[in-house]
Amino acid sequence: MREIHNGLAVECRGVTYCLPNGAPLVSRLNLQVAHGETLVLLGRSGSGKTTTLKLINRLLEPSEGEVLISGKPAAALDPVLLRRGIGYVIQDAGLFPHWTVQQNVGLVPRLEGWGEDKIQARVQEVLDLVGLPPAEFAARRPAELSGGQRQRVGVARALAGDPPILLMDEPFGALDPVTRAELQREFRAISKSLGKAIVFVTHDVREALFLGTRIAFLSQGRLVAVYTPGEFLRAKEPEVHAFAASIDPGSEAEGKR
Amino acid sequence: MSWYTFLLQDRAEVVVRTFEHIQLVAAAMGIALLVGLPVGIALVRHRTLRRWVFGAANIVQTIPSLALFGFLIPVPWIGGIGAGTAIAALALYALLPVLRNTCTGIEGVDAAVLEAARGMGMTPGQVLRQVELPLAAPVVLAGIRVATVISIGVATIAAAIGAGGLGVFIFRGVAMVNNQVILAGAIPAALLAVLADLALGAVQRRLASQ
Repeated sequence: MREIHNGLAVECRGVTYCLPNGAPLVSRLNLQVAHGETLVLLGRSGSGKTTTLKLINRLLEPSEGEVLISGKPAAALDPVLLRRGIGYVIQDAGLFPHWTVQQNVGLVPRLEGWGEDKIQARVQEVLDLVGLPPAEFAARRPAELSGGQRQRVGVARALAGDPPILLMDEPFGALDPVTRAELQREFRAISKSLGKAIVFVTHDVREALFLGTRIAFLSQGRLVAVYTPGEFLRAKEPEVHAFAASIDPGSEAEGKR
Repeated sequence: MSWYTFLLQDRAEVVVRTFEHIQLVAAAMGIALLVGLPVGIALVRHRTLRRWVFGAANIVQTIPSLALFGFLIPVPWIGGIGAGTAIAALALYALLPVLRNTCTGIEGVDAAVLEAARGMGMTPGQVLRQVELPLAAPVVLAGIRVATVISIGVATIAAAIGAGGLGVFIFRGVAMVNNQVILAGAIPAALLAVLADLALGAVQRRLASQ
């Protein structure tokens, strides 16, 4: 092993990802995510946030540079096993419509060959954690759930295998504002108690400020800078400032007048 | 003499011909599924190859069925007079709906579901068996249903090359200018098609509701 474990859960070193036609979606990206922190990737649509997530769990392979997972080059690991150790939550939840909530949530434990009793117990545990009483929800199918409940199941499914790393791609983006705020509050509490390394993609500044321990701002595939929430609001870079100002569109209009 | 008199009079032969008919269709559908399902699954990932295969299957569909039976007679191995040639022709006809629906069924699986399946650490084989195939099943079955109903109809022509089946009555009735004899073949064939359609429709609905 040429890399000594440096305590980081995820590290991107000079990672570039180009489309087959050569157009770069992510350019020379350097990022570090420690255990117990939530790094928010913030930026406009097309800034490379989702691509970055997929480079971490090898749904995409970097054209240049390398991704390290717990200090080991991801490229050297079996992608299937790597992904089982990284929870993944996407915007549309992506629940398996032909499976019950129980089956959906128990996926990774089942793939990992846990015993039936252990899977059952773990499913109950994570469903409780995300606020879905198993007695009421375990036997339902995704079609019998509201959007918010589906996202809760998506989070439970990602947590079921107890992965040290969690990737979340706008998990609350499609929810109504009230449900979104509710899930954000609960998720913040969960993430604080679990101590996992979380990479969270969003284009919602409020969400970034609320959930992020640090905010990595991306623009056109490049990392502009990484800020704490406090620094983010005071940042001078025009694009970042525009984002920060978007929290209160009224004041921005005021300023231009 | 009403139309069912012949059916009753010659019910022994009607039963024999019906079973021959079912055997022809079952054998042809078996081959179409054995070839069509795996090839259909493989074609999902090979877009250029798919254009060629679908093109060829489409051309087969445009050949008039009687001509296709005739064309196959001189072909070595599968040709000749009799059931083998008829089964080959029927299987060729049934192939396109099976292939096409297998492809479109798998392609119709929600991209978010697939991304989640891969992202959670399922192997490509697990994604196929546990996610893509179960979700594509209603569409695939719709293709099998169409192919079966078409095959039951087309199989009546198999009698023209000595393959037996209910078409025997139809050709005999045409030769004798006797409608009762024609109906003795046509009515059981139509009933078979309706029954197959209803049965496969029921399976399809059950799959879709899951």
